[in-house]
Amino acid sequence: MSNPVLEIKNLHVWYRTYGGYSRVLDGVNLHVHKGEKVGLVGEAGCGKTTTMRSVLRILPEGQAHIPEGQILYHGNDILKMKPRELQQVRTRGISMIFQEPAAALNPVFTVGTQMFDVIKYSGLSKEESRKDNIKRLAIQAIKEVYIPDPERILNCYPNQLSGGMKQRICIAMAIVTPRELLIADEPGTSLDVTIQDQVHRLLRGLVEKKGMSLIMITHSLGVARELTDRIYVMYAGNIVEVARTSDLFANPLHPYTLGLLSSVPKLTGGGVAEGIYGRIPDYLRPPGGCRFHPRCPRAVRRCREEKPLLKDLGGHQVACFQV
Amino acid sequence: MNAPIMTINNLKMYFPVQKSKGKPVYVKAVDGVDLTIHKGEIMGLVGESGSGKSTLAYTVMGMYKPTGGQIIFQGRDISMSSDKRPLSLKKDLQIVFQDPGSSLNPSHNIRQILELPLRVHKIVKREEMERKIAQILQMVELSPNYMYKSPASMGGGERQMVSIARALATDPTFIILDEPTSALDVSIQAKIINMLLKLQQEKQLTYLFITHDLSLMRNIATRVAIMYLGKICEMADTVEFFRNPLHPYTRMLLSSIPVVSEEEEALKPEKVISTGEIPSPVNVPPGCSFHLRCPEKTELCFREDPVMLEVSPGHLVRCHAYQKTAGVHVA
Ligand SMILES: Nc1ncnc2c1ncn2[C@@H]1O[C@H](COP(=O)(O)OP(=O)(O)OP(=O)(O)O)[C@@H](O)[C@H]1O
Ligand SMILES: Nc1ncnc2c1ncn2[C@@H]1O[C@H](COP(=O)(O)OP(=O)(O)O)[C@@H](O)[C@H]1O
Ligand code: SF4
Ligand code: SF4
Ligand SMILES: [Mg+2]
Ligand SMILES: [Mg+2]
Repeated sequence: MSNPVLEIKNLHVWYRTYGGYSRVLDGVNLHVHKGEKVGLVGEAGCGKTTTMRSVLRILPEGQAHIPEGQILYHGNDILKMKPRELQQVRTRGISMIFQEPAAALNPVFTVGTQMFDVIKYSGLSKEESRKDNIKRLAIQAIKEVYIPDPERILNCYPNQLSGGMKQRICIAMAIVTPRELLIADEPGTSLDVTIQDQVHRLLRGLVEKKGMSLIMITHSLGVARELTDRIYVMYAGNIVEVARTSDLFANPLHPYTLGLLSSVPKLTGGGVAEGIYGRIPDYLRPPGGCRFHPRCPRAVRRCREEKPLLKDLGGHQVACFQV
Repeated sequence: MNAPIMTINNLKMYFPVQKSKGKPVYVKAVDGVDLTIHKGEIMGLVGESGSGKSTLAYTVMGMYKPTGGQIIFQGRDISMSSDKRPLSLKKDLQIVFQDPGSSLNPSHNIRQILELPLRVHKIVKREEMERKIAQILQMVELSPNYMYKSPASMGGGERQMVSIARALATDPTFIILDEPTSALDVSIQAKIINMLLKLQQEKQLTYLFITHDLSLMRNIATRVAIMYLGKICEMADTVEFFRNPLHPYTRMLLSSIPVVSEEEEALKPEKVISTGEIPSPVNVPPGCSFHLRCPEKTELCFREDPVMLEVSPGHLVRCHAYQKTAGVHVA
């Protein structure tokens, strides 16, 4: 296979808090190939957003600390890039869609102003950055996200749009100039199911049409199942299972994945499972060994003492001593 | 089926929002809801954001005086606002709010939060307070040492347990659960749901369970009602509802749900591609309010609002496609 577009290697991210270092990411490995759609799944607070913010280097300045790890974009470490190179990656290589569309748009500027800015700073040639061309690109992008009447939308302020429309504008801004990789952080979570379904279908269609790679961050296994080729399951700052999407659902292996899957209410009925005992750990004092051991129904002594690494079982990887 | 515990007749709750050309404009948050809830059942009320679920709940709780219609609870008319209701009725009717964070007073500890309803309703004597609070905490599987914790120091799941404990404090017969688990992770949701089901069995409670999660309702509700722009558009027993969904909006909702297995996929109606935005309730479209998004609309749907029709025993649907003779009803 070709070299990955993006490869995260052994990433550790800590936050400075008044109680000391909060050790959130604990050695994350993840890669995406060209044209691949990858899911990063886990419950709230497991470190999904932290991982992706590290990629674009938009972690809160002064609070976040990266003691170890590499983030390779076509082999170059983003964490070591000079501002100019980093700017290139942000404007031409990777774009990101955030969980809260409202927060991603500036309320005091029109949609048009914000879109024109994105296009202007994407490093177009002099010829391409003529005013009428910029507007043409913006209108085309709005059409691509199926919003009628693009001319009117350009003059709208964000508060004049519904949640679904705002999220579509964010998608339009992320694809308005060609990018290689799109990172979508729970783009449907704040939306209603029927609107979420529209946004997801749109996202998948665009990524496929443009041959982009996608990292889809979500807490929902169902969403990941519908949208991705391969899934990384994350628990408390560790990747605990990696598999092709169909394999993961046909044969889930890690005790956390199993707990999560059984907790999802099913359309087939049969009641609601017990859930997973306990809650996500305090990152100031994370449990030693396997971070899942205090909640794991299969934990043995070794789990408290030693950290399980990802083992490859024929393309399906699991970090657990008992599998 | 058991006797009705609550009957809601043609309930309306309009909020004035602005004036246009001298005429006041209203948000019709709840617009003519009929609903009967039987003793001991779990009635699932499902709808997307802004469909009027919370407004219906708050109106039933007496937090708003209804614009029109009637609410009968345990045989008594309670269509007045809360301050005019008898205390004994308030004790029987409780609510767990949508947002576990903001519904608990952040400057109080858990003991103070649970003490308030016990004092208002004079449930126990002063000297028995501590024992009673410990007992209530135990019902929601929290240890007595939570008494002196603050809501801020607890996780979202535990805060929601405390909200449930507060609702249970007065030993009610009927609890409205307004999206009690929407803000929580599925593994925590599962625990809370199991606890709610256990309590319902033990105390023979009746629940009006509000949610946007149809899959969850499949597993716990006895009946399901779907709400869209202030009106109920379909209602049936849970098994019938999922076996035979009729309303075009119900089908769109069901086919939009992401699921985790092929077996579930097979139960979804044939893909109804979701299109269009949910209209603003200030500007409800004329005729059937769903017609802008409906793949099955006909010319009649632009003009006339359909009425509710019982297509099989207990299965009600409000859509022209199921009216035997279209046009006989007056709008
Ligand atoms: N006090 C109020 N004044 C004016 N409008 C209101 C008021 N309360 C609710 N509304 C409006 O009534 C409509 C229904 O709101 P409601 O909160 O009942 O919806 P909901 O179904 O509970 O939605 P969600 O799933 O987002 O909780 C919305 O358009 C809302 O803006
Ligand atoms: N700026 C910050 N300072 C301290 N802790 C933070 C900060 N941002 C995130 N965290 C913590 O890091 C953990 C992971 O958060 P996040 O990456 O947002 O998870 P997810 O996106 O999976 O929900 C959480 O415990 C969160 O509270
Ligand atoms: S390593 Fe041990 S504690 Fe961790 S998931 Fe496996 S069995 Fe459970
Ligand atoms: S009445 Fe007409 S528009 Fe409304 S749901 Fe039925 S077919 Fe669709
Ligand atoms: Mg996040
Ligand atoms: Mg609500």
